[in-house]
Parts: sequence; C-alpha cells; structure tokens
Amino acid sequence: MTAVAAVIGGPLAIVTPPAAALVQLALGGGLLMAAAVPLGRFMAAVYAGRSPRFARPLLFLERTILRACGVEAGDEMTWQRYATATVMLSAVGFAIAYGLQRLQHLLPLNPGGAAAVAPDLAFNTAVSFVTNTNWQGYAGEVAMSQGTQMLALTVQNFVSAAVGMAVFAAFVRGFTRASSQTIGNFWVDVVRGTVHVLLPLATLVAVPLTSQGVVQSFGPAREVNVVEQPDGGSGQRLTQRIVVGPVASQVAIKQLGTNGGGYYNANSAHPFENPTPLSNLLELLAILLIPTAICFTFGELVGDRRQGWALFAAMAAIFLPLAALVVLAEQRPSPQLLALGIDAAAGPGQAGGTMEGKEVRFGIVNSAVWAAATTAASNGSVNAMHDSFTPLGGLVPMLLMQLGEVVFGGVGSGLYGLVLFALVAVFLAGLMVGRTPEYLGKKIGGFEIKMAVIAILLPCVTVLVGTAIALQTSAGRAGIANPGAHGFSEVLYALSSASNNNGSGFAGLAASSPFYNGLLGAAMMIGRFWVMLPVIAIAGSLAAKKHVPAGPGTLPTHTPLFVAMVVAVVLIVGALSFFPALALGPIVEELEFVSAARAAGARP
Amino acid sequence: MTRRIRSSASFADGRLIWEAIGGAFRKLDPRVQLRNPVMFTVYVGSLATTLLWIRSLAGGVGESSGFILGISIWLWFTVLFANFAEAIAEGAGKAQAATLRQSRTTVSARRYDPASGQPIDEVAATALVVGDFVVVEAGETIPADGDVVEGVASVDESAITGESAPVVRESGGDRSAVTGGTRVLSDRLVIRVSTLPGQSFLDRMIAMVEGAARQKTPNEIALAILLAALTLVFLVVVATLLPFSAYSVAASGQGRPIGLAVLIALFVCLAPTTIGALLSAIGIAGMNRLARANVIAMSGRAVEAAGDIDVLLLDKTGTITLGNRQAATFLPAPGVAERDLAEVAHLASLADETAEGRSIVVLAKNRFDIQDRDLESVQPSFVPFSARTRMSGVTLDGHEIRKGACDAVERHVTGLGGRLPDEVRAATSAVARAGGTPLVVSRDADVLGVIELKDVVKGGIKERFAELRRMGIKTVMITGDNPLTAAAIAAESGVDDFLAEATPEAKLALIRDYQKGGRLVAMTGDGTNDAPALAQADVAVAMNSGTQAAKEAGNMVDLDSNPTKLIEIVNIGKQLLMTRGALTTFSIANDVAKYFAILPAAFAATYPALRGLDLMRLSSPTTAVLSAVIFNALVIVALVPLALKGVAYRPRPAVELLRTNLLVYGLGGLLVPFVGIKAIDLLLAALGVA
Repeated sequence: MTAVAAVIGGPLAIVTPPAAALVQLALGGGLLMAAAVPLGRFMAAVYAGRSPRFARPLLFLERTILRACGVEAGDEMTWQRYATATVMLSAVGFAIAYGLQRLQHLLPLNPGGAAAVAPDLAFNTAVSFVTNTNWQGYAGEVAMSQGTQMLALTVQNFVSAAVGMAVFAAFVRGFTRASSQTIGNFWVDVVRGTVHVLLPLATLVAVPLTSQGVVQSFGPAREVNVVEQPDGGSGQRLTQRIVVGPVASQVAIKQLGTNGGGYYNANSAHPFENPTPLSNLLELLAILLIPTAICFTFGELVGDRRQGWALFAAMAAIFLPLAALVVLAEQRPSPQLLALGIDAAAGPGQAGGTMEGKEVRFGIVNSAVWAAATTAASNGSVNAMHDSFTPLGGLVPMLLMQLGEVVFGGVGSGLYGLVLFALVAVFLAGLMVGRTPEYLGKKIGGFEIKMAVIAILLPCVTVLVGTAIALQTSAGRAGIANPGAHGFSEVLYALSSASNNNGSGFAGLAASSPFYNGLLGAAMMIGRFWVMLPVIAIAGSLAAKKHVPAGPGTLPTHTPLFVAMVVAVVLIVGALSFFPALALGPIVEELEFVSAARAAGARP
Repeated sequence: MTRRIRSSASFADGRLIWEAIGGAFRKLDPRVQLRNPVMFTVYVGSLATTLLWIRSLAGGVGESSGFILGISIWLWFTVLFANFAEAIAEGAGKAQAATLRQSRTTVSARRYDPASGQPIDEVAATALVVGDFVVVEAGETIPADGDVVEGVASVDESAITGESAPVVRESGGDRSAVTGGTRVLSDRLVIRVSTLPGQSFLDRMIAMVEGAARQKTPNEIALAILLAALTLVFLVVVATLLPFSAYSVAASGQGRPIGLAVLIALFVCLAPTTIGALLSAIGIAGMNRLARANVIAMSGRAVEAAGDIDVLLLDKTGTITLGNRQAATFLPAPGVAERDLAEVAHLASLADETAEGRSIVVLAKNRFDIQDRDLESVQPSFVPFSARTRMSGVTLDGHEIRKGACDAVERHVTGLGGRLPDEVRAATSAVARAGGTPLVVSRDADVLGVIELKDVVKGGIKERFAELRRMGIKTVMITGDNPLTAAAIAAESGVDDFLAEATPEAKLALIRDYQKGGRLVAMTGDGTNDAPALAQADVAVAMNSGTQAAKEAGNMVDLDSNPTKLIEIVNIGKQLLMTRGALTTFSIANDVAKYFAILPAAFAATYPALRGLDLMRLSSPTTAVLSAVIFNALVIVALVPLALKGVAYRPRPAVELLRTNLLVYGLGGLLVPFVGIKAIDLLLAALGVA
C-alpha cells in the first residue's frame, strides 16, 4: 500500500475534496461514536445476562421466545455443541431460504408474479444470506417476490447477524471464563442479540428512513408514464414499471446487520432505498454502528475497557487512511477528462473528480467513504458502482475485503476476526519479549495458533484459488466484461467479496451463471464457517485454561505499540497474500491510469 | 572451575566448522529434510529447478538454461546453509558429548548382600538392575547412579561437573547420591543402584548435549505451525500466479507467462526460510548454552518454561544467607564493659569449632584485638555443647564461663544464686525481634551480656533479586526460622516475600497455591525433603550436590550447585524465545522487498507499467530474480552466529523489549533486503550477468 501511495503521490497532491463534505463526515463520525459507545456497553450487559431495567419488555420477549422453544437458559454448551448448533441453524436457514425461492411462484405475497428462482441462483442466494454475505446474483425487484424478500432474505438478515454476534459472545467467554468446559448457550445468545439489539435498532432506523422517502408497501408494481416521452407525447406512450415493497424494513437491517443485500438491484444507489443525503448519512452510520460498538462490548466484557479501545484504534488506524485514499483517488479527474480539458476541480455546485458510476445526490466524498465503509464493515451494500471507480479507488475496497473483513468487519465476525490477528500478533510479540504469549490472561498455545491461522489464511487461499479457477475455465472467463487487467480485477473482486462475506461487486462481471453461482457459493461457505468454527474451537480451548494474572513481565495489549503491531500483522498478511494478484489487476491499472493522466495533463 | 565442559564448546573452532560443512551435505538425505517442512519445500524446489535446467539443456523456449542453473545452484546453497546451521549447532554438543563419553567406560560391578555383609558376584555394570547393592572401593569407578547406604568416601566427580576437587559422599542425609562414571578416591562405599544402565545421569546428559533427546517445546510447536501455514499460503500465492499470469498475457497480448524457475525462486524467497533454516539450530544452541552454564536440563520444555517463571522459591540457608549465622555485636549487661564481655565470650568460644563459635572469636579479635591466650598454662576444662544443658563454655581459673540460649543460662545462673538482669532479657528479645539469635554469656553467677548472632546475607544477592524483579519474577524465601527472623532477613536481602517455619507440606501447599493462581513456579533445592516441592514446581533446579531424590524430582540439575543459577537459566529460556521471535519477524518482513524485486522482473514484459514497482531500479529481470534468491540464501549464513549466540536479553519491561526488537528485526527486516538485493544486483551486473 505504501508503495502504491508513493507511486501515485504526485497526482493526489493536487486534489482537495469540498469542505462541506468533510464537515458532514466529521459530524457523522461524532454521531457514530456518540451512539456506539453506549450501545457497546448495553450489548455487553445483554450478553452477560444483565439486561438493564429499561429493557425489561425485551427481556420478557426474550424469555417468552426461549420458553416457547424449550430452551433452558442455564443449559451451558461445550464448544463442540455450540459449533454444532451454529451449523445446524445455518443449515436450516439455508433450506428455508432455498425452498422459499424455489416455491415462491406458488406462495402468497407475490404481487409481481415472480417465477421460481433457478436452482443455482437459489443456492447462491440462500448461501449468500445465511453467511451474512448478501452477494446478489439477481435483481431483487424482478426475481424475488415480496414474500421471499421478507421471509427468506430479511429473516436471514436478522439471523445471520445474530449468529455472528452469538459466536462473538461465546468467543469472549473463552477469555472471561477459567477452567470451564462450556462457552454459553447458542440459542440464548442468538435470541438475545435479535431481541435486544437487532430488532430495536432496526425499528429505530427504519422509521426515519421512511420519512426520507424509502418505500414500505405491500402494494403491486406501478405502471407510470415516463416523463420525457421520446416522440414528445404524440405517439405510443412509454411506461415504466416501478416495483414497491417492504423496503425500509429490509434496508434498516441490511445496514445494521452488515448484510448489504438490497431490495433493488441498484442497492442503496436506488432512490427508493436511499433517497436523500440524510438517509445516506443514516445508512452509513447504521453500517458502522454495531461493528464499532462491539469493540466497546468486548472491552466491557473482558473487564478492561482499554482492550476494546485498542481494537477500535487498530480498526480506525487502517480504515481512516484507506477511506481518505478512496476520496482522494475519486476526486482525481480521469485521463479522458483531462484530455478533453475539462475542469474537474471541486467547486460550488460541482463535485469534481470522476463522477462515473456515482449518484449526483451523494457526490464524490459520500460515495467514496461509503465504498470504504461498506467493504471495511463486511456490509457490501453500495451507493455507487465500484466497478466504475478509478483503479486506486477500486483497489482500496478490494483490499479492505482481502484483509479478512476485520476492519470493523461483519457484526460480531469482524471483531473476532481481528482478535485472531491479535492472537498472532501477541504470539510474535510474546516470542520477541521472551515469554510464552498471553492475551487477556490466557496463554496462547499451539492449538490456538493452528485455529487462528486456519481462520485467517483459508479465506485468502479461497480468494486466490477461486480466482485461478475462474480464469482457467471458459465458463469463468465468459463472465468477464472488460478487457485487460480490469477484467482480472473484476474476478478478483468477486472472489474477495464472496470469500470474505462482503457481498459487494465489480458489477461488470456477469456473475449470475451456474459457474459463478456455484463457485461464489462455495467461497462464501468457506469464508463463513472456516472462520467461525475455528473461532468457536479457540473459545472452547481458552475457556478451559487457567487465568494468568498480569505481572510486570506480561506484555500489555492496550498500548499504541501493540495496536501498531496488530495493524502491521493485518496489513502484512493481506499484502503478502495479495500483492502479486493486485499487481496484475488494480495496481497495473493504476500505474497505467497515472501515466495516461500525466500524458494527458502534459498535452494541452 | 568448569573449564573442561566450557572450553570444548567454542563455535569458532575451525575443526567444528569443517565437520559442520560435511554434515551439511550428509543432511541432504530426504529423510532428514522431511523433518523440517519449510526447508523441505526448498529442497523440492532445488530438485525441481535442477530438472528444469536439465530439460532446458535439451533446448526450447523460455528461460535461458544459464539463468535456471543460477537459480538452482543458489537454491541448493539455501538448503546447504540451513543444514550447515543445524550441523554446527549439533557439532558443539557432540564435542561435549565426546568428553562425557570418555568417562563412560565399561566397568564391572561387585554385587553385595547388605543383610549378610557378603559379596555375591561380579557382573558387568550394564547387567545391574534397580535395587542391586554394589560395593565400590578406593580407585574404582562407580558403576551406576545410586544412593550410598553404607560408608563415607571422597569421590572425584570431575567427569560430570568439571570440578576437580573431590566431594564427600556418605550414607544418609543430603550427600548420599552418587553418579555412575565418577570415581571413589578413598574408603569404601556400599551403593544401592537407583537407575537402569542406559538411563543414568551420564547417559541422559550425553543424549541432551547431543540433541538426541531434544523434544520440541510448546512454543516451538506453535511456531512450526505458523511457519508451515505461511509456507502453504505462499505456495498457493505462487501457484495461482501461473494462471493469473497466463490470463494477463492473453489480456495484454504481450510478454510470456511467468516461467517455472522464477515461480520457484519467488516461492523460496517468500517462504519463511530464514527462520525455517535456523529454527532447529536455535533450539540446539539454547541447550548448549545451558550446558555451558553447567546446567543439565531433562527437557527443553523446562528451559522454555524458565523464561515464563513468575515466582521463584529459594531456600534461605546457603542461598540467600551464608550457610551459618555469625556474631555481629556484643551487648553488655549494665555495669559491664563491652571489652570484658568480648573477652569472656572469646574464652567461652575458643573450643567451639562451630561456625558460630569461630565467628565470635573473630568478632572479638576484630573489635578489641583480643589475642588467643596461652591456655595450656591455666589447664582449662572445656564444656562442650549438649542438648540437655543447651550451653557450652569453659571452666578456667575456677570460673565457670558459659554461653547459651537465654533460658538455659538463666537456669544456670539462678542455680548459682545469681539472676538475669531485666536489661539483658530485654536485649535478647530485641535481638530475636530483629531476626538474630541471642546468646547470653555468664561468668559464675554473673550475666555479662548478650552476643548477637545474625544471618549474613550473601554479597550481591540484593542486586540479583532486583534483577529478577525487573524480569518480572517474584522471589520468595523459604526458611525454617520463625516469622520475626524471616521478616528481618527478607527485608535485608530484598526478597519480595517469605515463608517462615516451612515444612515440606507447607512448601508444597505454597507452590500449589501459586499455581492455582495461574503462576509458574520455579524452585531450587537439594534435600530429600525438597523432593515433593521440586516435583510440583514447574521449573525445578536440583543441586548436583544434593540427594538422588532431589535430582530425580527436579527437571534440571545444576552441576555447580549454585542456587542463583536460575537467573541464568531464565535468561537462556528467554533468549531462546526471543531469538525465534526476532528471526521470524525478520524473515516475514524480508518478503516485502523480495516482491518489489521479483514481481516487476516477472511481469514487466506483460504490463510495462509494472516497472513502476521496481523501486530498487535493478539492472535486469535476470539479475533481479537472482539477487533476491542469493540474498535469501546469504542471509541465512549471516544470521547463523545470531542463532547460535541468541538475541541479547536484558531485564527490562516487556513493552521496551518489544519496541527495540520490533525496530531492529521488524523495521530492519523490512529495509535490509532492499539494500542487500540492490548491492548483489550491482555486483552481478558488474560481473556481467544480464
């Protein structure tokens, strides 16, 4: 990354984003922190089973559901049972999501008369939503009925997020418990997260979204006359079919649960999903809210708030520079604009930079920051088309996914992913200070390292091997729309997105083929479960260990030095795994872009 | 004092290096290579490039055969350098083992029946079984490890300890253990055999220094997993580069897909070969360092655990204080001159051969220059210490001079019609409170005063405890003294805590208590009553002078019988981990520069814009790849001394250690290869390689 920045440093220096956008971002950041810190503490109380007073009605709801399902709250699970329950719930969720898509033409709530979804696409979509990826190989408004959207997709938006948070809670118990065989009850954790966190927050987000014009309706699609008739209104009138549906309720949870699957194909670039700058700000906050708050939940649960702040600092230290890089990259004019002598500087009433693929109501900064946020926080919803970004602007979202979705990452999964990197960092650091590594009072041994490297490296391997398979097969090459290095970038982006459960795409790739549906479906499963299961195993192994009190020889894990080390491990693992692949895709594109821009700039 | 073992293990020995070079070639055996997964992949890479070279000789397009040969040769060098590092580390141990083996000559043993006191038969030492009794006389070699059950003898243990002065071994007590291979110099011993031949102390020592008994430690296993996983990922990175490259060539319409030799070169450069090559050398060298410190570890695990120690339990006597108490002050009774008291105390102690008694004489001499009187003329009659009277002294010129415990002397003077002054009583309790032992001195019915005996804390011990504290280790003194005395000595010596009136049960309970709290406990001990606590401790260092039971219970034996040796053991344990950590970080940080060397070289023909990544401005694609491979091989050799010596450890807070090592090995590892590869590239270009 630094090398790339050095190479493109020259052209970046001249661009400045509009000041108003920066003020807006600062405001957003302030709002985010103001909401995330108390939310994090609240979640800590919830997962510790100490639901606060004001949440009594939620507690009543939680207990009613658990009683109805016959779950004993005190029924503690070993890590093996916990893992089995996690997989079982996902398997059942997959079966229901798959079945609803395949049978939607026979089921109610299908005013648009959507046909049954093809088996490969239904498989891909079901995996995608169960794994919290929300890769969309379909156009929602055409392919899915309202019933499918709500019962298959929105339900999984809740459940997959709650599962991620449940595994997080179990993982933390690995640190907080000592000499324990159990790590909590999966069903209790899932219901708690859903009832106490996701449902109330989704309501809080959905209602203001409707005020901005996000649709919420069970009505059928409207046929409307288009405003600009091609023949001036004399001959046959052109109409457009406008699909409506329960959109606000789905958009709220798609952002909060880092799902990202839009009701419409255009996702949050669609005016019915994200109509105004205010709704954009609200959705952006919703994307980052839980992944940020959960850092503080972590600190609270392990009994040392500094640990939570340290992990948050590590995330922020990667996110902020990379988000700024996207903004600067997109604020640059393309060589084509330069060649035409167009003034691409930002000014009053003009976004400047490269506006291709972006919505005018959001402009450069909000599109670029969203792109960074949605790929940092395993969300994948888009308000601009990443495929149209400048090479560097596209590289950063790709890299953020390739880092393993640990910079904020998915709800729950982002934090436990980052802790895996922290375990590797603590292991190396422990060796370097001559002491068997410890993290939060637990000794890190061979088993933890084995599980951590599986969880960290398997998604990397999946991205690379998947991309290689796609490039080696004619079915894979058939989907590539753009020639040259950008075609390669599209495939690499798709595999990075699926393997790390993000869900965004370089939409130029025609990925809704049986080949890509199968390949990406497999990648999503590996990326979800081969991280989650090792994490649960680590939780079990750590919970069984004794608690080592910190002494003067213990390496503190809340210091800036340790934060820097975690950041370095994340970046180096990502860079070493993907540098060659990125070099043949976005890096060479960027180098060509820069030299073309230099040539164009020199011409007039 | 331990010259023999230390001198035999010098790394700079020319003969050792030649032997190691031979060993490097012998280790090319694939069965040996398979033990180290990282280096095995390099081995396979070397074989593959050799085959590629042979194929290229037959002609064909692609990389030139000279280029492939260059890569192949340097990959073989990489493997050989790794072998060399291991061989030289082993060589140092082998030299030591050879010295030890000389003392393990075949001896015969005379079996003996202790019940009848008759010899049974004479058998080879190897035929002995546990429980046999053997008799060994002056000039004979002890056939097996065992305990002395009868007799006392001086034994030459220099074969094991390197210490030439003979030691006394006797039945019962803490000096009963004898080691097979040592020689009886005088008298006769009956020994009960306690270990089977082949498992004796000497055998284990030889196995350890040779590295044969070296098992991987938990951290080493965890590191091996991490390294294997990284290797696997780089294998995938490099393997997928082939289809990526093929696609890119098709997409751009220029260049050729990346060649196999370059791919293999890239893989070897990325794989953590630096640490992979040196990992086993680091472990062996650590054990050798321990052996040079005259400590025999029964497992590598214990050495590693030593680096993690939180609490160290130390016996007071002989460790913290000098073996015996010494007279410190004379406290005269009211109306008695201090000089008079000293003079009488001097007389009372003249015949007292105990260390306490001698120290009183010395104190009197030093304070008042009181000289030994010619006692022959006055016909003194000495009264030795007895358990009944608990006093000793002398009767001289008709005066009964006595010294002893306060209550004993009080009874004595009361019997003579005198009384113990209250001031003296107060002085004795003041001495006891301060941790000393009061001795009351009387002449006939008069009490003259008190001698204060004090434990003398060893010189420099306070500094050593401070060092331990900086390492993060808490020191706990164990003593049979009462809590008052213990507290005073603890304060003087600077230990963090103490256990007074310690019984074997109390020691065991203390260790269990610390362990329950998640702490790692180290202990040094020598007596049989230390054995249970030694067995319970995580790191247990038995003194070689101690009993067989203590040695069996410990996981290390200190041949110098120096209780503060643990500080050195902790250092070695920490160094072992730090060296591994530092070289791992260095190895991984190196990869960044190698990417910038090889990727532009491999792909600039396909995408000319990628020349922008050639930050080092290397001469040509050929020299770029070769430079990276050569750097990768040479860095192994360059780091062999560090692997053998270990990264320097100074007791400092963990954060400072980490900062320094990250700067040196992390940042250094990032930058050094940029310089190194550029330098090699310039050299290659100057030599006309293109």
